[in-house]
Amino acid sequence: MKEFLLLFRGGNDMSAMRESPENYQQHLVKWKAWMEALGKQGKFIGGQPLSGEGTVISGSEKVVTDGPYVEGKEIVGGYLLVRAHDLKEAVQLSSGCPIFDADGAVEVREVQQLQA
Amino acid sequence: MVSALTRLFGIHNLALAEDVVQEAFLKACQEWRLNPIPPNPSAWLLVTARNRAIDAIRRNRHQVAFSEDITHLLNSEYTTAGTVDEMFLDEEIADSQLRMIFTCCHPDLTPEMRIPLTLRTLSGFGIQEIAAALLTNKETITKRLYRARQSIRERGIRFEIPVGDDLAPRLDTVYTVLYLLFNEGYNSGRVDELIRKDLCAEAMRLCLLLSQHRIGDRPSTYALLSLMCFHASRFDSRMTSDNEIVLLQDQDRSAWDRDLIRRGEYYINRAAEGEDVSEYHLEAAISAQYALAPSFLETDWILIAGLYDALLALKSNPLVKLNRAVVLGRIHGPRAAIEEIRRIDGLDRLASRHYLYNAVLGQLYIEADDHEHARECITRAGALTTSDAERRLLSRKLESLRPPN
Repeated sequence: MKEFLLLFRGGNDMSAMRESPENYQQHLVKWKAWMEALGKQGKFIGGQPLSGEGTVISGSEKVVTDGPYVEGKEIVGGYLLVRAHDLKEAVQLSSGCPIFDADGAVEVREVQQLQA
Repeated sequence: MVSALTRLFGIHNLALAEDVVQEAFLKACQEWRLNPIPPNPSAWLLVTARNRAIDAIRRNRHQVAFSEDITHLLNSEYTTAGTVDEMFLDEEIADSQLRMIFTCCHPDLTPEMRIPLTLRTLSGFGIQEIAAALLTNKETITKRLYRARQSIRERGIRFEIPVGDDLAPRLDTVYTVLYLLFNEGYNSGRVDELIRKDLCAEAMRLCLLLSQHRIGDRPSTYALLSLMCFHASRFDSRMTSDNEIVLLQDQDRSAWDRDLIRRGEYYINRAAEGEDVSEYHLEAAISAQYALAPSFLETDWILIAGLYDALLALKSNPLVKLNRAVVLGRIHGPRAAIEEIRRIDGLDRLASRHYLYNAVLGQLYIEADDHEHARECITRAGALTTSDAERRLLSRKLESLRPPN
């Protein structure tokens, strides 16, 4: 079994969605159903939603730049770590993610096992 | 509330659940002292507990595991609030309380741990209150609760409702605990009247809760509930305002709680819906006869004696034999009752420890006009009882006897 990081990009900002409590509630219910199912299959490891605010520190000078630093669609809005046999299965697991209902995208990346 | 939180945190985090409830109550105390009490205080408390629960989850999620089946949902912010909210729905709270009942009444816990744990987690009694109710001190209760939590951990007792073949024996233990809890309130002579009422009320509330869940919706539950209702209907008539005992024959029947008697009748009918006849069925039927008889003299002793015979076949213990003997005495006279009691195995040993056997024999000797033996028994009963009211009743009886030659 391998580990995969699902990076959620774009999608409607969760905090902005709170303005319509009903939609927000419904959206959260979908996330819960999806993650509950992943948990039941033993595929779920962990993950969190991320706030839209952020800061980038870069270069040897450690220059601090305030976000938002990329275009809205590219902002990472959250992540999940899952277990899967291969990329194909990880993609298949991602297909149930509610972010697709909110015009977002999932980037699936395998955790690389570094050789000593 | 502790039950709902335990459902979230897991039984291994029982202490955390209790802390969160305490925090919520503390918050309420502070809030309500400064501001007007909200229109719906219990809803307010529930929301506060919910928020405190989420705080506690965030604080602890990297150090401890929560309930196995939902810990991953509580660990992720995507699902934390939703999962907590779900467990605070009425139906889930009822489910959690039932899980808690089965946990507190688990056969792997010793009998002396079960009642304190039940009173603590399901009834929210303080340590001091439990100690007062069970006639012991705070240290003993603290120790028993500590050992109970330790046993839950070590024996891996699960916070769940048993299913399949496990259910029936586990329900039996629950019935026993609720029955003992009720008796603790109903019969304990030394305990403060208000605490005793609380104990009976708690036993009835938990039994009702059990009956409302599909798992507990069965004849024996209703039989136990019926038994409690019939007994409780006489609660206030058994004592005068000066805390003196009033015997059944002298009680004012019009003061018995009609509403509770009606409920007792309703539940005994529900109990009759199945095939099985449990000890609770028989005891409920006996107390129904007492409660429904128009007067003490018009009590149907023959029917009651028959019920005692059946009870004896199910549960042969000296106390049942003693009660049965008294009933036989109503039919065949006090001498027959005395004979019957004399035949109880190990009577001498029992009579040297428990006041009740002596008190009953003493009364029967009075009725048989044998004042010499009556004096002997009542004196011994007086030396053994721990209840002041009982002692006063016995000395009133002694005074009524003819002086010895």
